[in-house]
Amino acid sequence: MTLGIEVKSLQLNYGSFRAIKDVSFTLAGGKIYGLLGRNGSGKTSLLSILASFREQTSGVVAIGGEAPFENAKIMEQVCFIQESGYMQDSTSVADVLRLSESCWPNWDREYAARLIQLYELPLKKRLSALSRGMKSALGVTVGLASRAPVTIFDEAYLGMDAPSRYAFYEELLQDYMETPRTFILSTHLIEEIGTLFEEVLILDQGHLIMHEETDALRSRGATITGPDEVVDRLTEGLTVLGEQQLGRTKSVTVFGELTKEQRKLALAEGIELGPVSLQDLFVHLTKRRGDGQ
Amino acid sequence: MFDDRSPIYQQIADKIKDDIVRGLLQEDEQVMSTNQFAAFYRINPATAAKGFHLLTEEGILYKKRGIGMFVSGEARQSLIQNRRERFFEEVVDQMLAEADKIGVPISEIIGRIEKANRRNEA
Repeated sequence: MTLGIEVKSLQLNYGSFRAIKDVSFTLAGGKIYGLLGRNGSGKTSLLSILASFREQTSGVVAIGGEAPFENAKIMEQVCFIQESGYMQDSTSVADVLRLSESCWPNWDREYAARLIQLYELPLKKRLSALSRGMKSALGVTVGLASRAPVTIFDEAYLGMDAPSRYAFYEELLQDYMETPRTFILSTHLIEEIGTLFEEVLILDQGHLIMHEETDALRSRGATITGPDEVVDRLTEGLTVLGEQQLGRTKSVTVFGELTKEQRKLALAEGIELGPVSLQDLFVHLTKRRGDGQ
Repeated sequence: MFDDRSPIYQQIADKIKDDIVRGLLQEDEQVMSTNQFAAFYRINPATAAKGFHLLTEEGILYKKRGIGMFVSGEARQSLIQNRRERFFEEVVDQMLAEADKIGVPISEIIGRIEKANRRNEA
């Protein structure tokens, strides 16, 4: 089962600070979505609203057509995993699993047991006795085994070491292919996990500045490198994300696809055209004055 | 593995084409499923499906309903033809441009090619 998510003109204020500013988007559901944004861009605030942890100041959120906040029917369909977790330190791993089983009706006990074994998690230990990596692994276990139609991981796997993270990516993908559902993952590890996203959303200072198919986004950036006067001529009228100059060589990162004519001209003039990685695009799109070059 | 720079579905399509040209995938042979592809390369299955779609549109692959994707009969021939056309544009022309830039005379290039040719024949 998959649930669509509809967000319209969403605002969230913390006192006088506006964390989410007029955000609207539609997620068809049944896909893996990546939510990118710098620290403090509003990712966790947005995800908390989707997960019924917080009520918006204004605007509309609908999951499967219903408002999630204090809606028991929606809450059991949504699983929100944060890196910090939200259970008391004295809770044991086994208790976390029992509690989770009572929260999510689609809970898969066997799958949870398999993941617990995979990550070598001690059932009797309390949360306070777990390492950061183990806590992350437990969060990942709960999220996957919840089989919730909407499963959200908010940086949930940051605490894990690289082999564990890769095991998580593989599990996530395998599980998604076996039982399609909506996954939303917020992350800073774009290069590691970017290939898993079907669509990407980018938040910047509370605004949604991008929502696009990942592959489409990847094909929209280019670096143009060569003698400065030729590069300037070629990039006229294009959206320039960044520039670098080394002697008479200039390298410009542009956003938007180059036309066939532009590509031909570039080739004829000996200009180097290069693709831009998702991570680089993200960096350029969310760069601010004061970040330096 | 795929790089994160150009559209991944394009890279998948290119990889399958390359396998066909090299004979790793034969005519009428079944290609891995999108899910197998996705799991192997750790990519979204929709991305893999898009690469497959591109290849069916180009006539490289064909679909058998409920079974999977297969290599078309003329795929290898047409891919090789296509590559031959690109060879002169992308390899030979580029080489000549480079030679011109650094002042290598064409006669020297031809000499080199003939030498390589004699070695191959011997």
